[in-house]
Amino acid sequence: MAMTQTRGRALLLTPAALWYAALLLLPLAVVLIFSFGERTPIGGYAPGFTLAQYANLPARMAAFRNTLTLAPVGTLAALLIAYPLAYFLAVRVSVRWKTLLLVLVIVPFWTSILIRSYAWIFLLGGKGLPALLASIGFEDIRLLNSPFAVLVGIVYGYLPLMVFPIYVALEKLDLRLLEAAADLGAPPWRSFVQITLPLSMPGVLTGSMLVFILLMGEFLIPAILGGGKVFFVGNALVDLFLQSRNWPFGSAVAVALVVIMLITVAIYTRVVKRYAAGRDDVAMM
Amino acid sequence: MRFYALAVYAFLYLPIGIIALFSFSAGRSASSMEGFSLQWYGRALNNPFVMEALWTSLRVAFVSAVLATLVGTAAALALTGMRGRLRATFDLLVQIAVMIPGIVIGIATLIALVSVFDLVNPWLEQITGWSLALGAGSLIGAHGLFTMSLVVLLVRGRLETLDPALIEASSDLGATPLGTFRQVTLPQILPAILAGFLLAFTFSFDDFVIAFFVAGAETTLPIYVFSSIRRGVTPEINAIGTMVMVASLTLLIIAQLLLRRSQAQRRA
Repeated sequence: MAMTQTRGRALLLTPAALWYAALLLLPLAVVLIFSFGERTPIGGYAPGFTLAQYANLPARMAAFRNTLTLAPVGTLAALLIAYPLAYFLAVRVSVRWKTLLLVLVIVPFWTSILIRSYAWIFLLGGKGLPALLASIGFEDIRLLNSPFAVLVGIVYGYLPLMVFPIYVALEKLDLRLLEAAADLGAPPWRSFVQITLPLSMPGVLTGSMLVFILLMGEFLIPAILGGGKVFFVGNALVDLFLQSRNWPFGSAVAVALVVIMLITVAIYTRVVKRYAAGRDDVAMM
Repeated sequence: MRFYALAVYAFLYLPIGIIALFSFSAGRSASSMEGFSLQWYGRALNNPFVMEALWTSLRVAFVSAVLATLVGTAAALALTGMRGRLRATFDLLVQIAVMIPGIVIGIATLIALVSVFDLVNPWLEQITGWSLALGAGSLIGAHGLFTMSLVVLLVRGRLETLDPALIEASSDLGATPLGTFRQVTLPQILPAILAGFLLAFTFSFDDFVIAFFVAGAETTLPIYVFSSIRRGVTPEINAIGTMVMVASLTLLIIAQLLLRRSQAQRRA
């Protein structure tokens, strides 16, 4: 009986295992191996073991700089916009409307980000926002193909992902705590800073990490709204793999990107753990 | 507070609304509204390039979603109740597949497959006269890798909340394991499986990032839209975009309803 069960399990797992081996583990291993290799004169890969590709990383410094500035700024902007909305949905909205309003936040995230992003070409282009600004006296303002346009695009694209975890955290908030604080004479801002904000912190951290990680790998939004002037590491990868066909160097860039992401996740996990530990102390008191 | 929420919803839906509105324009400019007509929809539906890209996208989305659903459900069934190193390894693989950015999956699949094809094609051509290349197959494989992992998460989540007493009762009453699966387990996890299929289909149909790298000579609809935007937006693209969004919205709503029903069953 136990034998047939084990065999049955193995049979059920085999297709998935093969899929992961062939199209996840093999490709990731190839990227790692190529990143230590050399480039042939016609592009592509020649075997070797050199750190030259990694030494060459500063050549793409601008892409890393843009990514490492706009990803945190975009995450912060999304957080500041998402938090009040999540609070509104979790605390202020009646049960009847809650689900509908929540679904309305999530739905855009699951529709084509390509189409949603290019809509901003209209909104930020000559006849959109700049025309509106011109009508109130600010003339000749160009928004498209600027860091601002990319920032708007990424905040717009990833806002739903930020709202959801914060909402989940705030949903669990016991409103009686706020009432008690008010009864004890705390002004609203104080009960927010001392009760609501700390209790919603897990959601804030999860949302921020999710958005930050996804922003680090972004290339579509800068490609559409950055007009070739504002480019991310993702855009450098497109160039290295599809245009200049410098696979070894492109692999090194990709490995560097993944390493930065892993470091971020590691820091996040530690912060969350320490935070959870701190919470327990408070609970014990 | 209410006005703030309204403003955020406007921010979320204004761009979508603008595209839908402009798609009904009678004029030639993509970024303004002149009169009302359905002509751009007609143009899009009669454009052979659009229809071919749409057909490719539908084929790839359907096949990859079917495979991802089957393989993912099988894996979820095997993983439930399993412990030890194998379980931990699989959990890690699922996590990596979901977390790693699409662009890294795209380039990694591209260079791995091209290298493998370069290696085996000379032999293959000699023996069979055929050779391997990037195309629908690599699209299905790369999309399925991600969506299979989604299916595993969804179905496993549902399986872990099933009442084991039901399965025991069924076998006590003399049902074979297969009979128990068909009559007890399957009906309860079916909504989660269907929702997984719809999410997998939507993901594949909408994906641009991975497809951009592994599509080879094939053109999917998102790739067509992207290259058209590069040449300048036309009202025809607005019409295509509106149709694509309506299609994925419909599928999403059905998936949501299915998941809701599966949650309601859980509570009951």
